[in-house]
Amino acid sequence: MSDTILEMRDITKTFPGVKALSNVNLNVERGEIHAIVGENGAGKSTLMKVLSGVYPFGSYSGDIQFEGKECRFNGIHDSEKLGIVIIHQELALVPMLSIAENMFLGNEQARLGIIDWDVARRRAKELLRKVGLREDPDTLITNIGTGKQQLVEIAKALAKDVKLLILDEPTASLSEKDSQALLDLLLEFKKQGMTAILISHKLNEVKKVADRVTVIRDGQTIETMDREDVTEDRIITSMVGRTMEDRYPSREPKIGETIFEVKDWSVYHPLHPDRQIIKGINLHLKKGEVVGIAGLMGAGRTEFAMSVFGRAYGANVTGEVYVHGKRADTATVGKAVAAGLAYATEDRKTYGLNLIDHIKHNVTIANLPGVSRSGVIDDMGELKVANEYRKKTNIRSSSVYQITGNLSGGNQQKVVLSKWLFANPDVLILDEPTRGIDVGAKYEIYAIINKLAGEGKGILVISSEMPELLGICDRIYVLNEGRIVGELAGHEASQEKIMRAIVRGEEKAAS
Amino acid sequence: MSTETSASPVSAAKATVQDAVRENLREYGLVIALIAIMVFFWYMTNGVLFYPVNLTNVVLQNSYIVVMALGMLLVIVAGHIDLSVGAVAGFIGAVAAILMVDYDMNPLLAGFLCIALGAVIGGVQGYFIAYMKIPSFIVTLAGMLVFKGLLLNVLSGRSVGPFPPLFQLLSAGFIPDVIGPLTLVAPTLNASGGPTPGTGIVLHSTTLVIGILIVVAMLYLAVKSRRSRESHGYEAEPFVFFVMKNLVISAIILFLMYKFASFRGLPNVLVVMGVLIALFVFITKRMTFGRRIYAIGGNVKAAALSGINTERLTFHIFVIMGMLAALAGLIYSARLNMATPKAGAGLELDVIAAVFVGGASALGGVGQVTGAVIGAFIMGVMNNGMGIMGINIDWQQVIKGLVLLGAVAFDLYNKKKA
Repeated sequence: MSDTILEMRDITKTFPGVKALSNVNLNVERGEIHAIVGENGAGKSTLMKVLSGVYPFGSYSGDIQFEGKECRFNGIHDSEKLGIVIIHQELALVPMLSIAENMFLGNEQARLGIIDWDVARRRAKELLRKVGLREDPDTLITNIGTGKQQLVEIAKALAKDVKLLILDEPTASLSEKDSQALLDLLLEFKKQGMTAILISHKLNEVKKVADRVTVIRDGQTIETMDREDVTEDRIITSMVGRTMEDRYPSREPKIGETIFEVKDWSVYHPLHPDRQIIKGINLHLKKGEVVGIAGLMGAGRTEFAMSVFGRAYGANVTGEVYVHGKRADTATVGKAVAAGLAYATEDRKTYGLNLIDHIKHNVTIANLPGVSRSGVIDDMGELKVANEYRKKTNIRSSSVYQITGNLSGGNQQKVVLSKWLFANPDVLILDEPTRGIDVGAKYEIYAIINKLAGEGKGILVISSEMPELLGICDRIYVLNEGRIVGELAGHEASQEKIMRAIVRGEEKAAS
Repeated sequence: MSTETSASPVSAAKATVQDAVRENLREYGLVIALIAIMVFFWYMTNGVLFYPVNLTNVVLQNSYIVVMALGMLLVIVAGHIDLSVGAVAGFIGAVAAILMVDYDMNPLLAGFLCIALGAVIGGVQGYFIAYMKIPSFIVTLAGMLVFKGLLLNVLSGRSVGPFPPLFQLLSAGFIPDVIGPLTLVAPTLNASGGPTPGTGIVLHSTTLVIGILIVVAMLYLAVKSRRSRESHGYEAEPFVFFVMKNLVISAIILFLMYKFASFRGLPNVLVVMGVLIALFVFITKRMTFGRRIYAIGGNVKAAALSGINTERLTFHIFVIMGMLAALAGLIYSARLNMATPKAGAGLELDVIAAVFVGGASALGGVGQVTGAVIGAFIMGVMNNGMGIMGINIDWQQVIKGLVLLGAVAFDLYNKKKA
């Protein structure tokens, strides 16, 4: 007596050069909580964007049946009309508007464009009671915590007569207590007959609330299992079970003495000073060594790296950094660079490149003294440097005068790498060095990493792609919720072991 | 993986005339626009525009705009704006007048103090912008109000002047003719035996010599830089194009110098301006300081993560802007030979317009010193030409507004097409 509310059949979605989803099937029954799990980049969010109409009908193939009718959405508006509401990982609330204003944003309680605030406030109060949030509807969003904001999002969804509620990593930025409250609320709604899709990679949460679990990997549905069949092992095997191909250039590690060490590193959130993001991390890196930092999104990897690199992230940073055994001052980016550190960002467009300027200027900007004398730039010297690094990292462009904004992702990444190679650091921190670039360019980046290690530099690679870490690293730290929860030697590491470390860390945090 | 890893030997791309034109379209487009506007007004004013006395006037009328446009270019490239420069210039002019007229201070010392005061004013505004992170629009809007008020306050409603003769030379003086006049055509003598004004051609030969020296130096540097590129194996621009470009520029310089020489020679203020323009071209093109300004304007987050001290840099930019506004205030008051309560009002808009007409981007990261200077002269020549034609001031404003909008719209249209 299954009553299917949503069926997605053979959904295939391609982006230029990448097949993000291939023949994905998803079947959700009325009144259940259906969990979707998978690694970062497995295609979970893409699937939900197809479902909610962010990617309009025609940009994907396959069909969607909601309550027995075929759906062709041309935007979020269409899917919301039918009662499909998605709550994104990054909350979409306007901070300087009140709770009530946010709840009815785009769905105002209005006649002829005139808002009836009495009705809005009354309805807001009702809905807030439903989600168990005791706040005045006139309170500004900025004045309530993230946990409460999440509840406002849910109330906002309820205001739209939601039939299918989709939550994308709803607890990623919540404290343990808030997370539990949210999950309890979900179970409460289920009793009242609401259907929900929960996207999560926190397996304990999934086990707690989900009726069924669908695993997605590499853009494909691997399996859907019932509640009684769900075990940690089975989910992990399904999540990571891909075969390793020969996608990584080989390297003979020549590892020397320790050149980089971080001791008792702690960082707090810049806006919420009571939230500790990094909790006493200790790690070290040897000459010629490639060390990975594994972890799920939100584990604090980027925050760790940026806080070490000149306090570019966070507040109340404490801890010590040693380069070549000597205490190094990394209080500003300039000092960190001078101490021999370099950090190549995960977000090259926002933090890595001046997209309106050309390759030459981008390559030399972190080390202008290297091409100038008493503040005057040596034109020819700079051109020579730019051409040298363009060749070294194999940047494909018409010349060094090509604007970096017009380069492909892979070539942009090579410009970022060139910039830091020219600064000649001893320790390179590479944050998601191959995100969003094609397989060929990835191989080239790995080759560059190997070469640098061969030259005796220490390299710290942050990556969400576990196979990549396993393929290139001599040693892997596993980071979870701001703590190092595992350290594995390259030859004994496996995706299962990393996942296990993460899950155990989470269980520890939960208990 | 051989196909992926082997470097495709991209040859040092051989530039064609087309490439060179396209790459520099914006800059050459501006020069061509300026020439076109000059020719247009030369025709409309029956040649009055190019009278030596009028060309000299155009330079004098726009000198303080150009001086401030140099600093404003840095400010705008860095992604900021400065609305206070007009008020600051007016205020400094008043301070200069009070020091020199009321207190009989030595003009050189007073000038030095005024520029130092400008640096302090720029520094205070820069501190709020760079370190307190208050948007420059708001800080300098406040600055505009403050210094307009202080200008009224220090003058308490009167006009102060005239300035000592030495100070007047800043705006009204010409360089001395150390070589002596060169008579091409002797002027006709009038009844009393003196020369009739407007007849004959007597040249200020020092000006001519300076003009020739500038052209020679420019050609020498151009050839040297081209040689250097070639010796490093980089093709610069096509030879024909190189020759044409330098010929045109040399001709323009010599033509203008001849015009100045046939009046009273180079105005002092033009010398000051020329030195400053050269300095700022050098700063923006060749110095790490300038390069970093473009970097923070293009992407301030990336610049900060590249180790650039973005706060200190922003602070310094506003200090420079303050000094240039002070210098402009001195030139302005020296030209009027008086400090008035209305001095400097609205100048900031002319300066900002010049920089935007000159191709700078309101989003920061894009803009050239030469562009800003040419932009200032485009607006200046239009002012002058329309004045001679007797167009009413109301229509002058309308036309200038449309030119500003048109120039920027044309620029964006070109960029989209590219």
